Amino acid sequence: MVGGLPSFKIRPIAQQSRSSHLRTESGVIKWILIGVALLYLGIFLILPLACIFTTAFSKGIVAYTQAITEPDALAAIRLTLLTALIAVPLNVIFGIAASWAIAKFDFIGKNFLLTLIDLPLSVSPVISGLIFVLLFGAQGTFGPWLIEHGIKIIFAPPAIILATIFVTFPLVARELIPIMKAQGNDEEEAAITLGASGFKTFMLVTLPNIKWGLLYGVILCNARAMGEFGAVSVVSGHIRGLTNTLPLHIEILYNEYHFSAAFAAASLLALLAIVTLIAKSIIESGMHREIEATQITSGEKR
Amino acid sequence: MSIEVKNLTKIFGNFKAIDNINLKVETGELVALLGPSGSGKTTLLRIIAGLETADEGNILFSGEDARERKTKDRNVGFVFQHYALFRHMTVFDNIAFGLRVKPKKIRPSEDHIGRRVRELLKLVQLEWVEKRYPWQLSGGQRQRIALARALAVEPKVLLLDEPFGSLDAQVRKELRQWLRRFHDDLHITSLFVTHDQEEALEVADKIVVMNSGKIEQIGTPEEVYHKPASVFVLNFLGNVNLFHSRTEAATISSKAAKLYVRPHQLGVSRLPVDGNSVKVVLTFINPAGSSVKMDAKSSDGNVFQVEISQEEYKALKLIKNDEVFLTPKNITYSEYEI
Amino acid sequence: MFALNTKLKRRTLPGFRLSLGYTILYLSLIVLIPLSMLFIKASTLSFAQFWDIVSAPRTMAAYRLSFGTALISASINAVFGFLVAWVLARYSFPGKRIIDALVDFPFALPTAVAGIALTSIYSPNGWVGQYLAQIGIKAAYTPLGIVIALTFIGLPFVVRTIEPVLQDLDPEIEEAAACLGANRWLTFSKVIFPILLPSLLTGFTLSFARAVGEYGSVIFIAGNMPGKTEIAPLLIITKLEQYDYQGAAAIAVVMLLVSLLILIATNFLQWISAKRIGMS
Repeated sequence: MVGGLPSFKIRPIAQQSRSSHLRTESGVIKWILIGVALLYLGIFLILPLACIFTTAFSKGIVAYTQAITEPDALAAIRLTLLTALIAVPLNVIFGIAASWAIAKFDFIGKNFLLTLIDLPLSVSPVISGLIFVLLFGAQGTFGPWLIEHGIKIIFAPPAIILATIFVTFPLVARELIPIMKAQGNDEEEAAITLGASGFKTFMLVTLPNIKWGLLYGVILCNARAMGEFGAVSVVSGHIRGLTNTLPLHIEILYNEYHFSAAFAAASLLALLAIVTLIAKSIIESGMHREIEATQITSGEKR
Repeated sequence: MSIEVKNLTKIFGNFKAIDNINLKVETGELVALLGPSGSGKTTLLRIIAGLETADEGNILFSGEDARERKTKDRNVGFVFQHYALFRHMTVFDNIAFGLRVKPKKIRPSEDHIGRRVRELLKLVQLEWVEKRYPWQLSGGQRQRIALARALAVEPKVLLLDEPFGSLDAQVRKELRQWLRRFHDDLHITSLFVTHDQEEALEVADKIVVMNSGKIEQIGTPEEVYHKPASVFVLNFLGNVNLFHSRTEAATISSKAAKLYVRPHQLGVSRLPVDGNSVKVVLTFINPAGSSVKMDAKSSDGNVFQVEISQEEYKALKLIKNDEVFLTPKNITYSEYEI
Repeated sequence: MFALNTKLKRRTLPGFRLSLGYTILYLSLIVLIPLSMLFIKASTLSFAQFWDIVSAPRTMAAYRLSFGTALISASINAVFGFLVAWVLARYSFPGKRIIDALVDFPFALPTAVAGIALTSIYSPNGWVGQYLAQIGIKAAYTPLGIVIALTFIGLPFVVRTIEPVLQDLDPEIEEAAACLGANRWLTFSKVIFPILLPSLLTGFTLSFARAVGEYGSVIFIAGNMPGKTEIAPLLIITKLEQYDYQGAAAIAVVMLLVSLLILIATNFLQWISAKRIGMS
């Protein structure tokens, strides 16, 4: 259902655009098109990026350091890290299990399952938070029982973590499924006929083959987990120092007109996004080499 | 180890991939499973390896029911059509894999593994590629490494799925002869799948011809070629010409019959030889090759393929559009309408 | 519901039951059960109550705003995203690799960060906002601001669905068209565009679906005036803050159903156009 998220471009080699005069526009049109595209990207991508860092440092480096080391900011960073530390591994385990079942076996209802897995991506972040309030909130299904037993989920870290898991749920699985599918079952079958157990086959054969995709899935899932705003905002209660993640901390600072402090905190997340993109770029080229090797290895007449 | 296939059936949805097959492969034999794609030969091979499970029937390894054993404990060497070499491992690690994944108690030492891998590399004549990765090898080399990897665990049975399927014609020919000699040296029970009749005829001790999930014939290459058990086998193992005729045999007199004759078993002459001779016009002559191949057409529109020796061709001084007579020298197969 | 397909059954590899079982369990716990709460909660309302909530003027205004701005921004992205994909797939120019990587930036950047950055750029004394103000255009705190934020958010979707198709396009198709005498424009409009149309539709829908539910990047730039610049997700939050769980669920159910309907409709359209050019 959701096919256009940034994921690996698995494409055959030797497709690098053959340059032929039949396939190119005249020089003027070409440069006009490039110009328009760059202008569009410049307005929508470069400008915000530049704005974040300029405003962050608008009051000097001292104010910047202060803004990101004050107690509330540190508490927000800690909670953000904790959330990612729980959400990412859980979604990695799920991603591996789901991709193994979906890519290596054929079963009835597979497409339906795939659609369900993608579901959280087409749900508004606000709704993603709302459903957990409906479950665990004071007037929610389990609300009274939770209050009775003194357990706090909503307006506390557990709900923040749950909402984050929901929002980032499909990200690892989506990276792994196409890669595992493309690699087929041959190598695993070979390992099994050579006497390897299922666990050894996975560890020694499957895992090394999906490592790039897994790594990217983890990085992407992590970036989204640390940056989630809408869903977390609904369930957090915005208690400073306790239930504020970094994005929520930014919101509060901004609404209180502490612009440079807000942008200082925002610059940390922007940096994370840039690192994610660089990692993606690097992983993608590693992946490309591997795909080329695969295509050669899997025989000429495949 | 002998392999016995008993009443085996495998159904995919409503398609019978294997339909009640019985087959016995004796210890040390080199057997070809020959058939067109979709005939069930690869499925049969995969069931023997334990890579698929049969719906009915069973497989006996030296008389013992194989269903008792998991795939990984079958001690079967399987060589995949596209080799399935582990792409992230060197050639050495690929061959050593089967030994390294053995349970700790029976796992040989690294020293021993190293010796064994080098032994195998020597056997497949590729000692110098030890440290390379699969993608750095040619197709033929990969094929041999895949074989060495399968042999590392000392399997009792070797199964090969289209072993030469993805190779160039030249490499294919070389590897075929190499596999034949290789089997003569090792004498391991081997079963290979192929759709190429020439390959089966040249390499195998015994050929199992399969069609639509059933076995059409089991026999030596000579038997299946010269004494086909069905029209399918006849057609699959080479070109054939069809004659509609009245049989001369007194016992089955005057019943319409179809006679099948291979191109090289047709005599060409300027004058009719006997009552079976058919008058034809030569429509095409290709003298390139060890024999001369010709197409001929009779007055009632039947087309025949004829193959004669270069000497005969020169002696007859044939040219295109010549009128000649074709006479069957030997009938490969005949069908009677009863 | 999930039985091994007997047609292509491959039971050789171990772990099918374990992995599928875990997948379904985790999916149910994290996604299906919580999401079904939405419908359970909404169903505690009578139809009349439900209708009152979702057809209230304030709700209708929020829906109109959310779907309308999403439609506009997805259309902008369809046009310019197509152009960007074309430029990235076909031409080489200095800095192309960096630009290509940067296309995913809106996906990697937390929405709140995007929100505050766009707001300060387009506010009346911001980098762009001050010039817009001079010619009498107010961007921030108006529907225009919402469109800008949603365009930013949806930018990667169209580019990333079209780019791979464009790259895999067989060069011989275009060469054949050119040899048959078609000029560049004819080749593009009659040959290339129809092939790209299914992925353009997909990209458009994805961008639209993402925009409809977007919250973080919009909330700062929107102004949030009830009936004027209040988006549907914000209305849900407002209802929640008033402890009106049923009202929130009712509004959410409508949003979810409309998004799903659009996704299904586009899948269908895409299927038809893919079938027409024999790519299904």
